[in-house]
Amino acid sequence: MDFLTIIQILDSTIRLATPLLLACLAGLYSERAGVFDIGLEGKMLAAAFLSAAVAYVSGSVWLGLLAGIGASVVLAMVHGLASITFRGNQLISGVAINFLAAGLTVLVAQSWFQQGGRTPSLMGGARFEPITLPFADALSGVPFLGPIYGDLISGHSVLVYLAFALVPTTWWVLFRTRFGLRLRAVGENPAAVDTAGVSVTRLRYAAVLICGVLCGIAGAYLATGLQAGFVKDMTAGRGFIALAALIFAKWRPWNSLWACLLFGLLQAVALRYQNLDLGGVVIPVQVMDVLPYILTVIFLAGFVGKAIPPRAGGEPYVKER
Amino acid sequence: MVSNQHTGRPDMAAPDAAKAPAIELRGISKSFGPVQANKDISIRVMPGTIHGIIGENGAGKSTLMSILYGFYKADAGEIFINGTKTNITDSQTAIAAGIGMVFQHFKLVPNFTVLENVILGAEDGALLRPSLAKARKELTALAKEYELNVNPDSVVEDLSVGHQQRVEILKALYRRAEILILDEPTGVLTPAEADHLFRILENLRREGKTIILITHKLREIMETTDTVSVMRRGQMTATVKTAETSPEELAELMVGRKVLLRVDKTAATPGAKVLEIENLKVVDSAGVMRLKGINLDIRAGEILGIAGVAGNGQSELLEVLGGMHSATGTVRLNGKPLPLTGPGSDASARRDLGIAHVPEDRHREGLILDFHAWENVAFGYHRDAKYQRGMFMDNAALRADTEAKMAKFDVRPPDPWLAAKSFSGGNQQKIVVAREIERNPDLLLIGQPTRGVDIGAIEFIHEQIIALRDQGKAILLVSVELDEIFALSDRIAVMFDGQIMGVRNPATTNEKELGLMMAGITDTSALATQEASQNG
Amino acid sequence: MDKMPRWAEVFLVPLISLLLAAVLSALVILAIGENPWAAVKMMVSGALGSTYGWGYTLYYTTNFIFTGLAVAVAYHARLFNIGGEGQAMLGGLGVALACLYLPLPHWLIALPVAAIGAALFGAAWALIPAYLQAKRGSHIVITTIMFNFIAAGLLNYLLVNLMRPVGSMDPATDKFPEGTHLPTLHDLLAPIGIEFSKAAPANVTFIVGLLACLVVWLLLWRTRLGYEIRAFGHSEPAAVYAGINPVKITMIAMLISGGLAGMMAVNNVMGEAERLVMNAVEGAGFIGIAVALMGRNHPFGVLIAALLFGFLYQGGAELALWTSIPRELIVVIQALVILFTGALDHMVRMPLERLFLAFRKGA
Repeated sequence: MDFLTIIQILDSTIRLATPLLLACLAGLYSERAGVFDIGLEGKMLAAAFLSAAVAYVSGSVWLGLLAGIGASVVLAMVHGLASITFRGNQLISGVAINFLAAGLTVLVAQSWFQQGGRTPSLMGGARFEPITLPFADALSGVPFLGPIYGDLISGHSVLVYLAFALVPTTWWVLFRTRFGLRLRAVGENPAAVDTAGVSVTRLRYAAVLICGVLCGIAGAYLATGLQAGFVKDMTAGRGFIALAALIFAKWRPWNSLWACLLFGLLQAVALRYQNLDLGGVVIPVQVMDVLPYILTVIFLAGFVGKAIPPRAGGEPYVKER
Repeated sequence: MVSNQHTGRPDMAAPDAAKAPAIELRGISKSFGPVQANKDISIRVMPGTIHGIIGENGAGKSTLMSILYGFYKADAGEIFINGTKTNITDSQTAIAAGIGMVFQHFKLVPNFTVLENVILGAEDGALLRPSLAKARKELTALAKEYELNVNPDSVVEDLSVGHQQRVEILKALYRRAEILILDEPTGVLTPAEADHLFRILENLRREGKTIILITHKLREIMETTDTVSVMRRGQMTATVKTAETSPEELAELMVGRKVLLRVDKTAATPGAKVLEIENLKVVDSAGVMRLKGINLDIRAGEILGIAGVAGNGQSELLEVLGGMHSATGTVRLNGKPLPLTGPGSDASARRDLGIAHVPEDRHREGLILDFHAWENVAFGYHRDAKYQRGMFMDNAALRADTEAKMAKFDVRPPDPWLAAKSFSGGNQQKIVVAREIERNPDLLLIGQPTRGVDIGAIEFIHEQIIALRDQGKAILLVSVELDEIFALSDRIAVMFDGQIMGVRNPATTNEKELGLMMAGITDTSALATQEASQNG
Repeated sequence: MDKMPRWAEVFLVPLISLLLAAVLSALVILAIGENPWAAVKMMVSGALGSTYGWGYTLYYTTNFIFTGLAVAVAYHARLFNIGGEGQAMLGGLGVALACLYLPLPHWLIALPVAAIGAALFGAAWALIPAYLQAKRGSHIVITTIMFNFIAAGLLNYLLVNLMRPVGSMDPATDKFPEGTHLPTLHDLLAPIGIEFSKAAPANVTFIVGLLACLVVWLLLWRTRLGYEIRAFGHSEPAAVYAGINPVKITMIAMLISGGLAGMMAVNNVMGEAERLVMNAVEGAGFIGIAVALMGRNHPFGVLIAALLFGFLYQGGAELALWTSIPRELIVVIQALVILFTGALDHMVRMPLERLFLAFRKGA
C-alpha cells in the first residue's frame, strides 16, 4: 500500500465517518438525557430525502439543509411525544419511526419525482461543494505534508468540518455548561433534577430536539454532500452503526469521534477492497461490514471494559417519593 | 413586624410572641384515591428548634413533608412560612421559600461529583465554572461551620451513605435553606454516622436553622428534638415538648390504644424444634449486611412473632427462609440442614420440604395480578403432580381446587375466572393464605398477614393461623402491627438493625417494652422496675 | 378494578389504533394525489378477489404468523425480540442446508426435517443475545438489532463465497432438489375438488403456521412452561418467589422465539423460492413486531393481524402494479400500526379509560 492509497482511504474515512459522527452525537444528546433512540436511522433517512428534494427544487443546498432538519425534527417530536409525554415504550417508538421514514420517503419521492423512489441528481448549488482550505494549493508540492493537508484535511464540504467541530462543542456543552450538567443529570437520576426544581420534561424535549437537528444535518450530508441526491434506503444501516458507535464510545463525545472514525475506516476499506489480504489472511468484505456490530455486542457483554448506559435511560419519569 | 402593628406598641412586644413560627401548617389534608394519608393536620414549628415527627410506617409523615416540599399538592389546608402564607406549588417555590429536604432515598446523581450535585438546579449562570468555584468556597465554609466535611471533588457513588447524606444537607444549605426537613435520616446510617449527623443538626440549630426530623426511632427524638409531634393513621395525635414527655408516653401515643383484636386461642403446646437458625447472615446486592447473625428456633405448635419497624431485616429473614435469597450460616428444618446457596436453595425446593410462604407484599410477589384467580391458586406449587395431565397443566383440576378453596376461605366473589387484581385486598390475601395453609406445611412463613385487609378478613385469617398452629405446625409471623403480634404470638422476638434484640413472652411483656426494643434500646430494666414499683 | 371491560381491551383498543393508522394512511394517499377509496377497492380485489390474490395473501400471512408468534412468545417473558429478521435469515440457512445436503426423497419427510433445521438455526441465532441478556445484562434489543446486521453479513458471505453454484453470478444457492418441493394450496385443494390458482405461492406451510398458532397457544396457556414464562413476564420478583429461575426462562423463551422466527424460512425459502437467495426475509421479521402488537401478543390475535398484513402486502403489491402508489405504502401503514398500538398506546387508551369510567359512574 503506497502513501497515496493511504491518503485516499483516510480521506474516504473522513467522508464516511461524518454522517456516523453527526448521528452518533445526536444519539448522545438524547440518550444522555435518558431517552433511548433507535430511530436515528429513520430521522437521517427522512432528512436525506427532504433535503435532496428541496435542494433540487429550490436549487439551494442551504434550503435543503433546513428542510432536512425540519423533517428530522418532526420525527424527533413524535418520539418525544411517545416517550416523554405519553410515557410509551421508547424502543417501539424508535422502530416505528424507522419504518415511517423508510416508507414515507419512497412514497413521497415517487409522487414528486416519479423516478422509482429517488430524487433527480443534484448539481451545482444544490450540493455542498468541497471547500479548499487556504494554502492547500500552495502546499501541494510539499512532499508528505502537501497531500495530507491538501487532500486529507482540505477539500471537504462544510458539513464535514461542522461535524468535527461539534465534537469539542458537545464536550464543552455537556461538561462546561449548566444545560449540559442538567442534561446529564436527567439521564442519570431525573428525581434529582425534579427535586432541584428543574423540569424533567422540558430538559428531555430539549435533548430530543437537538437529536433531531443533528440527525437532520447527518441526513442532509448524505444526500447533498456525500452523494448527489436521494435514493431509497440510502442510510443503509448508518443509524444503527452510529448507535453502535455511541455504545462503543460509552456515551462520550471524544470517544464518539474515535469510534466513528474507526467504523468509517472499516467502511472505507470495505468500499475499496472486496477482500482484504493481510499477509496471507484474506478478510472478506462482509467481515468489515459487520465488524462494528460484532465489536458492539462484545463490548455490551462487558468482555472488554464496561458499557454502562445512562442509568435512567429508557424509563419514562414518574414522580414518586 | 406584623406583631408590632398588631399590638401598636413596638417597644413592648413580648419576644416570644414577636417571633412567627418558621412553619405553620393549618388543616392539611391529602388523599390518594380512597386512602386518606393526611387528615386535617396543623402544626407550628418555632425557628431555631428541632421538631420531631414520629409515627409508625404509613402514618402519613412522609406525605406531609412532601406536601411541604411541593412534591404533592394538598387537597386542603394552608402553609405559612415565617408568618407569611405561602402557596407551595412545586419544589422550586419550596426552595425559594427557604425549605430544604433530605429525602429518605437520596436524590443525588451517582456519577456526579459532590460539587456538581450541589450546584445542580442552583447554578448562577449558563456556564459552570463560576458556579463551581463559588460552591467550592461555600462548601469549605459550611464544612468548617457545621462539621460537614466532604471532599467536593469526590464522585458521589464512591462516598459512604453517611457522606452522601451530608451532600444532601449541603445541597439544601447551598440553596440558603433556613428550614431543613430530614426524612428517616438514620435509617441507613451506622450508629457512629448517626451521632455525627446529630452533631451537625445541633450546629445548624445553633445557627438559627429550623429542623424537622421525621423518624420512628424514639431514642433519636428524645436525644435531639425540642418538640415532638406524634402521627397516627394520617392524623396528628399530639404535639409536646420533648423535655416534658417520656419514651413510654410517646410509644403509647404512636402505637395507640387500638381496639385490640382478641383472638381466642389456648396456650401453645410446643413440640420438637422444627426450624433452627444459627448465625444467619445476608448481604444485599448493594453490599449492605441486612442480617447480622440471627439465632432463632421455632417449635412445632407455636407461633413465633417477629416485631420490629419495617426495614430492620425481617423481610430478608422471610426471603432467605423462603428460598428467594442466598445467605450464610446454618438453618435446619426438622433437624436436616437447608442449603442456603446454590442448587436446592430456591423457592420450589423449600416448598418441597414443607415450607409454605405468605410473602409480605402480595402484589409484588404473592400474586400475579393479571392472572385469573385459578392460575394464582397454585402459584409456586404449579409443578405438583396433581396439577399435571400428561404434558399439559390440568386447568380443570386447578379450577376445581380454586372453587374448593374459595368456598372454604369465603373468598368473594367466588369466581375463579376473575383476575387477581379485581379482588379486594382482603380477598386477595385470602387466596394467598388459602394456597399456603392448605398445603399443610411443617413451617409457615407469613409476613404482614393482614396489611391492607378489612376487619372481617383479618379475623378470619387470624383464626386460620391459630388453627394451623393447633395442628402442631410451626409458624414464623412477621408483622409491623404490634397488636397483631400480641394477638397471635406465643413468643415474640424483636428485630432491630438485622439483629434479634431479644425474645419475650407476650404474657410478661408490654407494648412499651417492645417499642423500646424496636427502637434499639435493650436496657429495659428501668422500665420493668418502674412498672413493678407502680404495681407495688 | 379493571379500568375498562375486557372486550374493549381486546378489541376496541387495537381497533381504534388501526383506525387511526388507516385515517393517517388515507391522508398520505390523498397527499400524493391518489384516491384512498379507489386504493382500498383495488387492494381488496387484488388481494381477496381471486384465488391468485388469496394465494399471495396467505403466503405473506404465513410469513407473518411465524415472525409475529416469535415476537409474541418473547413478549410474554417481557423480552422485546427485535431480531426476528436475522433469526429468519438463519432459519433460511438451516432450510437450505437440509434441503441441499440431506437425502430428502419426499416433501412429507423434507417438511419436518427442514422445519427442524430452520427452527434450530433460528434458535441458535437467538441463543447468544438470550445468554447475554440473562447472564451479563446486555440489552436484548440492542444485541438482537446487531445480530440482524451480523446475520445479513454472514449470509452474504456464505452465498457469495461458499454456497453459490460454480459459474453462477447470482448470490444464491442452487435450486433445491425435486423431492423437497412443497405442495402448494393448488396441489392440496385439487384432490378435494377445489380450484385454486396454480401460480400463487401459498403452500402447505400455511397449515403449519395455523398449527404453530395452536401449539403456541397450548404452550402459553396449557403447559407449565408457558405458565412460568407468563408469570416471569408479569413479575420477576413473583417468579423468584415461586421458584421460577429467571435465567432459565429468559433463555428458553428466546430460543422458542428464535425457533419460530426461523421456521418462517420453510415458507419463503423452501415453499416459494426453492433456493436460498439474498434478502429472502424482506422485512417480514420486522413486520412481526407490528403483527404481535396488533394481535395483543395472543396467537389468535397474531393470526388475525397476520392475515391483515398479508392482505395489505398483497394489496399493496397490486397497487404498486396498477397505480403510482409504491409498495412502501405498506411500510408506512406498518409504521403507523406500531406507533399507535405500541408507543402511543397510552394516548389511545387514556381517553377510552376516562370514557368508560364516566359511563360506569353514570350507570
